[in-house]
Amino acid sequence: MSFLPNILFAIALVFGIGFFARNIGRLLRNIRLGKVTHPGGPKSERLRNMALIAMGQQKMVVRPVAGLLHIIVYVGFIVINIEVLEIVLDGLLGTHRIFAFLGPIYDALIGAFEMLAGLVIAAVLIFWLRRNVLRLQRFWKPEMKGWPKRDADWILYIECILMCLFLTMNAADYALQQAGTEHYVQAGSFPVSSFISGMMSGLSEGSLVGIERAAWWAHILGILFFLNYLYYSKHLHILLAFPNTYWGKLGPKGQLDNLESVKQEVALMMDPSADPYAAPDAGAAPPEKFGASDVMDLSRIQLLNAYTCTECGRCTSECPANQTGKKLSPRGIMMATRDRLEEVGRKLDATRGVWEPDGKQLLDDYISREELWACTTCNACVEACPVSIDPLSIIMEMRRYLVMEQSAASAELNGMMGNIENNGAPWPFNQMDRLNWAQEIQES
Amino acid sequence: MESTQGIPTLAEMSARGEQPEVLFWVGCAGSFDDRAKKITKAFVKLLQRAGVSFAVLGTEESCTGDPAKRAGNEFLFQMQAAVNIQVLNGYGVRKIVTTCPHCFNTLKNEYPGLGGQYEVVHHTSFLKGLLEEGRIKPEGGTFRGKRITYHDPCYLGRANGIYEAPRELLRKLDAELVEMKSCRERALCCGAGGAQMFKEPEKGDKDVNVERTEQALATESGIIAASCPFCNTMLTDGVKGKENEASVRVFDVAELLAGAADL
Repeated sequence: MSFLPNILFAIALVFGIGFFARNIGRLLRNIRLGKVTHPGGPKSERLRNMALIAMGQQKMVVRPVAGLLHIIVYVGFIVINIEVLEIVLDGLLGTHRIFAFLGPIYDALIGAFEMLAGLVIAAVLIFWLRRNVLRLQRFWKPEMKGWPKRDADWILYIECILMCLFLTMNAADYALQQAGTEHYVQAGSFPVSSFISGMMSGLSEGSLVGIERAAWWAHILGILFFLNYLYYSKHLHILLAFPNTYWGKLGPKGQLDNLESVKQEVALMMDPSADPYAAPDAGAAPPEKFGASDVMDLSRIQLLNAYTCTECGRCTSECPANQTGKKLSPRGIMMATRDRLEEVGRKLDATRGVWEPDGKQLLDDYISREELWACTTCNACVEACPVSIDPLSIIMEMRRYLVMEQSAASAELNGMMGNIENNGAPWPFNQMDRLNWAQEIQES
Repeated sequence: MESTQGIPTLAEMSARGEQPEVLFWVGCAGSFDDRAKKITKAFVKLLQRAGVSFAVLGTEESCTGDPAKRAGNEFLFQMQAAVNIQVLNGYGVRKIVTTCPHCFNTLKNEYPGLGGQYEVVHHTSFLKGLLEEGRIKPEGGTFRGKRITYHDPCYLGRANGIYEAPRELLRKLDAELVEMKSCRERALCCGAGGAQMFKEPEKGDKDVNVERTEQALATESGIIAASCPFCNTMLTDGVKGKENEASVRVFDVAELLAGAADL
């Protein structure tokens, strides 16, 4: 009987991690629906970006208040997870505070965890107030209605509950240590939970053990729950920020890729010896689709971008179109891409991986043309993203589809493009007048 | 090719067996738009004053294809690029200076992958170089003590990381440089990029250029400096819309510098 808790713990652990692994499998399968691209660039620069932007939180502090609070929660999350290692070992082995032999180092560690836990609770509280009491504009945009809003709040509640459980567990433990209860070794320092411990002074040893065990179990089960909540939540960024910043765009932001498929077409057009009536080789691949109308047309990096987005809305709040009341929201573009990708993934689950067109696509069903045409390609969203997401690249791919596959540009844009084709300028001026200004300079 | 004294075309120079120090890529706005032509003229006067050996393509220049590419027409962009690269490579062009950040971005970042490798410089960086070499000397007098605010064009700033060159030029004018609420990396777009210049904006509360103009007017500067012909148009329209054209004027950095050099 004495091994029952260990066995239950092992089952919970296997189940929690197994379910998480299954979801990660789905996530990777979905990302692999995208096209393989070869972004190139030196690995060292990519690693440096990951170290600075994801690990170093470099772009978070552009907004100092949110940045500082985020760093507290981030450092708290990473450091307190060292404690999770001990909890897992204790759970499996039936030990209690297995790292206690570290002595003063252990005391310092537990003390640091406690202080971080306290700071995390404070930071999470301020985050909640910013969302729900100050009601910062970027958290209340149309795309945040419903699940995205609830998701954001739940993450804060879960984090707060986990920290409270951790402190309650320590408080009861501390009280038991002071009472000299068997099994509760004298270890750790409790700068925060000793205050809670004071409130437990009247409780019997049995009750204290009950509280300690209950908090311990709830804490670790809560962590396993949270781990599995990630896949369904915007909170995936805590994992994906790292690969996403690694694969983030290098080089000047203004540089758009030159489509390879178009390069071939143009080369053919410019080749005087090309036979315009030549039939393609029997084995030739069908011509590539220009641009993107669905998630499968996007690159794997763009799909990773969609899963990484944590819906902070910095992009949207910097977007000139959004600031002036247009429908476009770069965050909305990322959320729509993820929603469509998830829908495609669910359909693939149902059909055992065989894709059957479902009569829907990213364009029109998730992202409207009005949004796509409102973009000024100013790169403000790309600059603002703290985890190197590039919403502009998706907008551009979809414009390419609209113009090159559907000829669906507005009459004004068609006029501009017709002018470039006819007279080499976006306006209908005579090419032979290009140097008129030089004549005027002489006259002035 | 029609010959224009003082402003040689590359065809004329090549015919004489000469190669200029730099090709001035004028751009469509700089060639055809009446307001932008003034920027072209101001920059040419500065080049002449500094004794820079330059040439233009004249009627051999064609749109870089930027607005087509940003509108989604990659095909038209690459056709334009192919033609332009053929001309540029044919003349053996190595260095290009341009007054338009959109041409600058396209020539610098997007042509290399299509066979056009050149050293491409925006005119603000080029002028900064001339100033440092002592080849032009602005007199601060005209603008001393005046408030000037500088608008970062997206395709110069965020797109290519050039924030300081235009500001350094303005500081040389002895003017008081005031920053807008959003500037540098976080500067607000004028609303023209991504082919918006050539279409009506989507439905919204306000036009982007009005929003940006309001930020500029809030600095209480008499001069709004820009370094892009499209930003210039958008901000000029914004100032007119706010009925401020009597007290606030929009200039290109090159125009201010030419004004200070009494050109």
